[in-house]
Amino acid sequence: MNIAVCVKQIPDPATPYTLDDENHWVIRPDDQVLDDTDRYGVEIGLQLAEASQGTVTLFSMSPSGSLQGIRQALAMGADKAVIVDDPALKGSDALTTAGILAAAMQRDGFDLVISGTESTDGYSGVMPQMMSEILDVPCLSFARRVEAGNGSVTIERQTSTGYEVVTAPLPALLSVTAGVVEPRYPTFKGIMQSKSKPIETLTASDLGITPDAGQRIAAVEPVPAREAGEIVEDEGEAFEKIIAMLEQVKVI
Amino acid sequence: MTTWIFAEERDGTLNPGSLELATKARSFGSVSAFLIGTGEQASITALGEHGVTTVYCLDTGDALPSAAAAASLAELVSADDAGIVLFGPGNTDRDVAGRLATRLGRPVVSNALDVAVDGAITVRSEILGGTISITTELTAPAPAIVVTRPKAFAASGMGGGEPELVPVAVPDTGRSGSAMITERHVEATEGPALESAPVVVSGGRGLGSADKFAMLDELAGLLGAAVGGTRAVVDAGWVPYSYQVGQTGKTVKPSVYIACGISGAMQHVVGMKGSSTIIAINKDPDAPIFSIADLGVVGDVHTVVPQLIEALKARG
Repeated sequence: MNIAVCVKQIPDPATPYTLDDENHWVIRPDDQVLDDTDRYGVEIGLQLAEASQGTVTLFSMSPSGSLQGIRQALAMGADKAVIVDDPALKGSDALTTAGILAAAMQRDGFDLVISGTESTDGYSGVMPQMMSEILDVPCLSFARRVEAGNGSVTIERQTSTGYEVVTAPLPALLSVTAGVVEPRYPTFKGIMQSKSKPIETLTASDLGITPDAGQRIAAVEPVPAREAGEIVEDEGEAFEKIIAMLEQVKVI
Repeated sequence: MTTWIFAEERDGTLNPGSLELATKARSFGSVSAFLIGTGEQASITALGEHGVTTVYCLDTGDALPSAAAAASLAELVSADDAGIVLFGPGNTDRDVAGRLATRLGRPVVSNALDVAVDGAITVRSEILGGTISITTELTAPAPAIVVTRPKAFAASGMGGGEPELVPVAVPDTGRSGSAMITERHVEATEGPALESAPVVVSGGRGLGSADKFAMLDELAGLLGAAVGGTRAVVDAGWVPYSYQVGQTGKTVKPSVYIACGISGAMQHVVGMKGSSTIIAINKDPDAPIFSIADLGVVGDVHTVVPQLIEALKARG
């Protein structure tokens, strides 16, 4: 099985990002990391590829800077990566990103596309569905369990009240939730091998795409912060403070 | 200008979020709803009561509905000269919104907390754990496709009459529409629903292990509360995804939120910072949760929570 996995490099969530003054776009540091939630898609991809003697290709739209996040996913075991890096893509919205990634996948061919449900930094949450429409494949979204084989894929799809079992013939696209599998940690051997794995870099024009945002950020302002209340050190009686507060707000 | 809203029936029941969308949409003018499901009388009446005048109903049976819904909706909103298409935060909402936007070549603005029409259409959202407010102006031609956050608007009826019901034929979407639903499962939960419970007791990594949730269940039982959790404990498999509060889970706005062993990561805070009163118990005095808590207890959850349970039991 030829598996395409979408991955994203994001600013380290531990150090909040900032926005540039002119366009209010996220200022991306050079040392971006792999979006933690993408590790689940990479793991599912690796498991399905291992079961079918297939390959895992990473696809990412990523501005210049280090590719340490991509290397992280290669170190887990992915075979190669295709990166679209183009200054014209700065500030791209989900539809542009979906168009870019889908065009790169169409160029290379695929049986299955795997993505997270949303990125940790942008969280528009609609990119996988957009890619499905462009690629003309079924979108098996919000998968919390995945099985594939014999030309089809079956998932448990998360719903507001439980889950439903959804099945579709390949080619197809999956969006997987965090927790769908336990992602493996890169081994030392994997880390060493990742340094020599092929990373191909394309531009938007290589794929015949001209970005067009269709929206602009008109204003950015701080939200008034919620004020901290009383902080108490527990010395055996702090629970009484909690009881008092529950009484005060008439919960008990 | 007509505003369209997306609605879905699950097990024959209308998703309550669609009534929140209808309430907001009617402030812009007339409202049409696109409903996925069998079109139960109760759903149609509820949409009408909230200001919807026409309900277009698509029933795809056992086919996963998103591809067909997007194809039908694209034709309907184009023919109707729709100004805005409003979606809720649900999974099917997002599936249809993404495909619709692609068909129409329009951007999607996600995580909307408010929408305004004043010449231009603007959408307000928040980033960085709700610390920064962003106003996005749609510069593309109509319709604006907007996906809202949970509970962005409050639903209120207006005594609207029975809407016109228009069944929609299922379009052929070929390969895109080839996914089939073979089983449907409802996961029963005890006690009040997390999204509407007056009190929420939530647990994080600080609990240490899955079995410690039994303690939170007991506390919740005494307070008539629902139990929630952070993404970390859901990812670790301690509790099901349905417990998850935060950016990628549920948004709750209870009277009291009791955070047990939760550090207060941004993506969690987004889902609970609208709570009226926040009580946090964490042994790390530097945990970010304390900066938003009305009462912060720096202490061990394994000591404080059992004491709290005993004290509540003693009250009878």
